[in-house]
Amino acid sequence: MKYDIVIVGGGPAGLAAAVSAYDAGTKSILILERDRELGGILNQCIHNGFGLHTFNEELTGPEYAARFITQVMDRGIEYKLNTMVMDISADRKVTALNREDGLFEIEAGAVILAMGCRERARGALNIPGYRPAGIYSAGTAQRLVNIEGFLPGREVVILGSGDIGLIMARRMTLEGAKVKVVAELMPYSGGLKRNIVQCLDDFGIPLKLSHTVVDIQGKERVTGVTIAQVDENRRPIPGTEEFYECDTLLLSCGLIPENELSSSMGVEMHKVTGGPVVNESLETSVAGVFACGNVLHVHDLVDYVSEEAGIAGRMACEFVQGKVKGSDGKGITVKTESGVRYSVPATINPVNMAEEVVLRFRVGDVYKDAYVSLYINGERVSHKKKRILTPGEMENVTLKREQLLSVGDLTDITLKIEED
Amino acid sequence: MESKNLTCICCPLGCALKVDMEDGKVIDVTGNGCKRGKEYGAKEVTNPTRIVTSSVVVTGALCGAVPVKTAADVPKSKVFDVVKALKGVSVKAPVHIGDIILPDVAGTGVDIVATKEIASSI
Repeated sequence: MKYDIVIVGGGPAGLAAAVSAYDAGTKSILILERDRELGGILNQCIHNGFGLHTFNEELTGPEYAARFITQVMDRGIEYKLNTMVMDISADRKVTALNREDGLFEIEAGAVILAMGCRERARGALNIPGYRPAGIYSAGTAQRLVNIEGFLPGREVVILGSGDIGLIMARRMTLEGAKVKVVAELMPYSGGLKRNIVQCLDDFGIPLKLSHTVVDIQGKERVTGVTIAQVDENRRPIPGTEEFYECDTLLLSCGLIPENELSSSMGVEMHKVTGGPVVNESLETSVAGVFACGNVLHVHDLVDYVSEEAGIAGRMACEFVQGKVKGSDGKGITVKTESGVRYSVPATINPVNMAEEVVLRFRVGDVYKDAYVSLYINGERVSHKKKRILTPGEMENVTLKREQLLSVGDLTDITLKIEED
Repeated sequence: MESKNLTCICCPLGCALKVDMEDGKVIDVTGNGCKRGKEYGAKEVTNPTRIVTSSVVVTGALCGAVPVKTAADVPKSKVFDVVKALKGVSVKAPVHIGDIILPDVAGTGVDIVATKEIASSI
């Protein structure tokens, strides 16, 4: 089997990448999806609020996915469901597996990684206590309620205030469960403000910041959890323990890009994002292999995933058509300091870049009335005031090609947060 | 004059709104980043509304539930009534986006519509 572009993952990133690659001129495209349907995690995100930027209207997750699935179908782009990619080699041979074709290999002109992310599980959180039934990641509970049609519990405590946890607090409440408390280890929420308002405040569910679960009770099924306040080093403070009777504990403690395939093929990984290091074309350190969506870095809005994936699709098409050369490692690393945790893309080569490149990043703390500043060769070229910057929300700065070419010998690009 | 502080929920920016009121009437909304924020602020203190999303049982499909929503926003005080009205509702696959699952839910005058294409598994 041979395709110009093979896309790993049929979620929002994979779908948008496929559509954009097709429209840019590549017709030989194959999407590989491990689930039984296209759309990825959007299928279980049945709440509304998607697509305000992309479609100028408020859609639910499945409706947003359907818009892109329709575009894929209209173009006759090929896809395989129930198909697991086992391996990708550095020369872009994709090994996959499904019930119809068995184990098969595809030679790809370019590969787009769009595998999304995974939830941080209990094992990675070091919560003491028993291991009874009734402990779910928020996303698992979401799938059970919204797709399978089961309510996984009646009395719920949620650890972590990520968006999925907040959304599930509302969903479980509406379905008749009692959500007793949401505990968040950090002094701020990891979720969007609007979700705290409409998912917790609307229903009187308390959010306890700087709190964590220190014990889980129950041998067969969860019977309760103990929550304690933590100090500035995130250590539980003795004497602040509170016991909550409950039958279910939901974990919404962060998302991790799913990059087993990427790292085993030798793609260079980014220490902060957990995703591949990409250049101005969203190309990884392996030539002809591109990445977009949550496998690259965890996004707050799906609209930005679609936008980013559109670029990856177009660049993969240009690579296949020989319009751009593959990754040569000659780019300048975008330095991030004073509050900026990372930048995607991580490296920029002005010779290869489009007119404009959007640098997306997250901050490490809450900032009020601060400035997002961009420096080129030590000179400040952009200085944008933001009323609020929070770790839960993605930020961006647009870098113009002419800004880089006008300085002559480019030695430094730095992104930082400044008080004034 | 009294004022209320709200967080706008129209989009993920979550602008911090200040709504100034006098005798139960809205005089001014500030802090909004766009027009929608102004409308939301005024509405939230006088007649708050929400889009309700939920799911109902579907038979003859690979999955057990079809996601649904209110076709328009309903009064916030009616949210639980809307969800209650969906208990026991069951539909047969295939289902298409926009199909009316339950007309005039809980006396709101708003229909419940499907938000996902569900193929028949038979």
